[in-house]
Amino acid sequence: MAQKLTTRGIPEGFLTRTLGRVTFHPVNGPERSDFFLGIPRQSALAPDVDLTGYAGILIETGAKHAISDAIKPVIRYDDISFIREGYILGIEPGTGQTRILYRPESGNNTIFSTGRCNSNCLMCSQPPVVVNDDGIVNEHLRLIALINDAPASIGITGGEPTLLGDGLVAILSALKEKFPNTHVQMLTNGRLYAYKDLVSKIGSVGHPDFTSAIPLYSDIAANHDYVVQAQGAFDQTIRGLYNAAEHGLGIEIRIVLHKQTLPRLPQLAEFIYRNLPFVDHIALMGLENMGYVKANWNLLWIDPVDYVGTLEDVVKYFFYRRMHVSIYNLQLCVLPPKLWAFARQSISDYKNIYLPECTKCDLMNRCGGLFLSSEARHSRGIKALRADLSSEAGAETFGAV
Amino acid sequence: MAFMTFFPPSHYGYGEPQDYKLLPFRFDRRKNGDYLLTNEAGEFYILSPADFDALTSHRLIPGSEQYFDLKAKHFLFDGESSALLDLLAAKYRTKKSFLEGFTKLHIFVTSLRCNQSCPYCQVSRQGEEADRGVFDMSAEVLRRSVELMLQSPAPHVTMEFQGGEPLVNFDLVKNGVLLAKELNQSRGKQIDYVICTNLSLLNDEHLEFCRAHKILISTSLDGPEYLHNKNRPTERGKPSYDVVVRNVRRAQEALGKESVSALMTTTNESLNYPTEIVDEYLRLNLGSIFVRELNPFGFAVKTAASVGYTTEEFLDFYKRILDYVIKINKSGRTFSESYASMVLAKILTPWPLGFVDLQSPSGAGIGVALYNYDGNVYASDESRMLAEVGDYTFRLGNVLENSYEELFFGETMQTIAAASCNEALAGCSDCAYQPYCGADPVRNYRSQGDIFGNRAVNNGYCRKNMAIIKHLLDLVIGGDDDLQRIFWAWINHDDVNRMGLPV
Repeated sequence: MAQKLTTRGIPEGFLTRTLGRVTFHPVNGPERSDFFLGIPRQSALAPDVDLTGYAGILIETGAKHAISDAIKPVIRYDDISFIREGYILGIEPGTGQTRILYRPESGNNTIFSTGRCNSNCLMCSQPPVVVNDDGIVNEHLRLIALINDAPASIGITGGEPTLLGDGLVAILSALKEKFPNTHVQMLTNGRLYAYKDLVSKIGSVGHPDFTSAIPLYSDIAANHDYVVQAQGAFDQTIRGLYNAAEHGLGIEIRIVLHKQTLPRLPQLAEFIYRNLPFVDHIALMGLENMGYVKANWNLLWIDPVDYVGTLEDVVKYFFYRRMHVSIYNLQLCVLPPKLWAFARQSISDYKNIYLPECTKCDLMNRCGGLFLSSEARHSRGIKALRADLSSEAGAETFGAV
Repeated sequence: MAFMTFFPPSHYGYGEPQDYKLLPFRFDRRKNGDYLLTNEAGEFYILSPADFDALTSHRLIPGSEQYFDLKAKHFLFDGESSALLDLLAAKYRTKKSFLEGFTKLHIFVTSLRCNQSCPYCQVSRQGEEADRGVFDMSAEVLRRSVELMLQSPAPHVTMEFQGGEPLVNFDLVKNGVLLAKELNQSRGKQIDYVICTNLSLLNDEHLEFCRAHKILISTSLDGPEYLHNKNRPTERGKPSYDVVVRNVRRAQEALGKESVSALMTTTNESLNYPTEIVDEYLRLNLGSIFVRELNPFGFAVKTAASVGYTTEEFLDFYKRILDYVIKINKSGRTFSESYASMVLAKILTPWPLGFVDLQSPSGAGIGVALYNYDGNVYASDESRMLAEVGDYTFRLGNVLENSYEELFFGETMQTIAAASCNEALAGCSDCAYQPYCGADPVRNYRSQGDIFGNRAVNNGYCRKNMAIIKHLLDLVIGGDDDLQRIFWAWINHDDVNRMGLPV
């Protein structure tokens, strides 16, 4: 279910951007400086508790706890009810802009490596920014240091993570060192993998469970370059994929399905099988109505119910060839039942919703639902499915579900 | 601060006019007049005569579907992407990577003696009671042969026992396997073991040893009782069918169904019974059939008049078997024809296939070596059959006299290698089916007196393989989804019922 990830407070005494782990219980000892102590409206803290030495004190409006002016830094919020024990926050000193960087209970934690990117994809959901983010690598290393229990998986996203160069290598090394059993998936356009020294450095980190998820949008170079709005990107990505394979990196190919990628999707599938048969997984992904997609809607949008025939052919193509293939971001009701086994619950929890219609659906628990951003604009095929055999979708096969 | 300016496709040259070059490809006319194009990496494409003419005269329209398809499949190159040429090289390298590691199949003829007397026998056999001292492999030859096998750079080798009939002297099989395991301890190769046997002498000791050492059984079953007995009588003219059937079942029970396979040799009598032969295999619960034609080797030439047939007759028979096998799969039972499975893998996958009868460079010496009972080493099974009728052309040397280097890089091997690439053989080099086919210098020599062979006149290898490859390509191109599903089940060695999308 969708979850709020950012808020803003009124800060006092923060000298620099500060990261810390939230607790609602006083902490003793030197590790106190790793913590933000939260004082909610219904605080049960003893009145004389020592508040010195924390990374910061988070105060919710209405909290009765008296705080001496000497206690710094503090930040006051209207509402911290969505912030829980163990969350890791990053707080901007001037603006009080606060972002949840890590939630222990979530399977979708990601390190937002950088806002910068060397591509400018037509359908980017997280458009790149031009920013000097020197020092961001240290923040990521600090975040990793603050995580307590090993997560099952963690993502690295952006922007384009490989722009961090050696910084990325340091992040991967830190993850391997601290959480060797945590699966790491990095979303990258793979273009800088064309440079062998970078791939070789990443390879020599020797992370036991690291996958690079790399998009490839066409078997025709100019078509791919157009979609990612970068001349020469296809060549770099292709060379990058080969370099990654040579260094034993796990590889997933990602294909976002839209008007510019669907016309040659079957040919792209064949191109991948014939030229890149070593990839571990192929993800066929529905469009997220975020970022540039809103602006490029007419250039991109095809209702999934109008392309499921092509999708079925392509899934079958990979399935016959024993290549692992998944469908991301599409709802069971827009897919023919024979594709349901390939549909994954792929939408990150904080932006995942179900529509009112979905609550009437017997398959809601199995379905990945929708993006928060698709609330108003989504496939015309969304409809509740019923487990009784009179339901039109999947009448023949539903019994096997 | 995003970059909300987007450039149109033309900015990236998408569909813009381009000069293009043709990359190497071969072609053939199909029955309906269309052109079939194939490239070095084994990818294929169909063009109408008008489009083919446009392609070759550099008038194909950039931005047309054919243009993009031909570009993505590496039939033309327009300079837009330099990575594409590297891809073609990588694909070609992958297809030929069965060469990595050199010789993988090592055949041991531990005894020339046999208790059966098949009229088509491909080797000069000796009677079961013939002199063991002369016709069985000595301990010294066995040891030296195993050493040579382990000297092969291949990390994964197959040790295959042939005859004669290996079970007439099982101790040699046993000693060979145990010796290979012992000497391999320091090398750490993966070794698969296969015994090619008529199964008539099979006993519990054999089965126990095969089970303990995970040895596969390859036997011969020519069809129903009448046919099998006619094709494969015992020395004393007695029928052999009952004992084979009984022992196939016994072996399946002891070793598992997957550990027992069979091949059938086609005689002119077989031609009348395509469906009955397959039914016999199904009845015995065998997962596949390997349909083999008579080879012009060994005794077979002498008896060609009584058991032989024309290539066309064989092809007609083969297609009837294949049709029937496809029908069986359509009805939900998984059963494959091994030759077709291998050709299909060559056509439909980017992967290499080491199949010594159908590869380029040819299997002789490069993919297979044969250690004969007398210590002579041959480039293939067929090379040793020639020797048994007095022609030692393809003898690489002797295990007791020659080193590994002398055997595998000597003059004989060099001569064979020079004629082993169909890319460089007249009649093959411009053949559309070349990427899926092979070369067979030994057979060329035997049937045409020239290791290079002549494809223009009555070359059985060429006619048979071209026809089968063409037939399978026609099925692949024209086949419905059901046929694709069946073919992929064969290629994947999977259950045909599990191939469809799961529901």
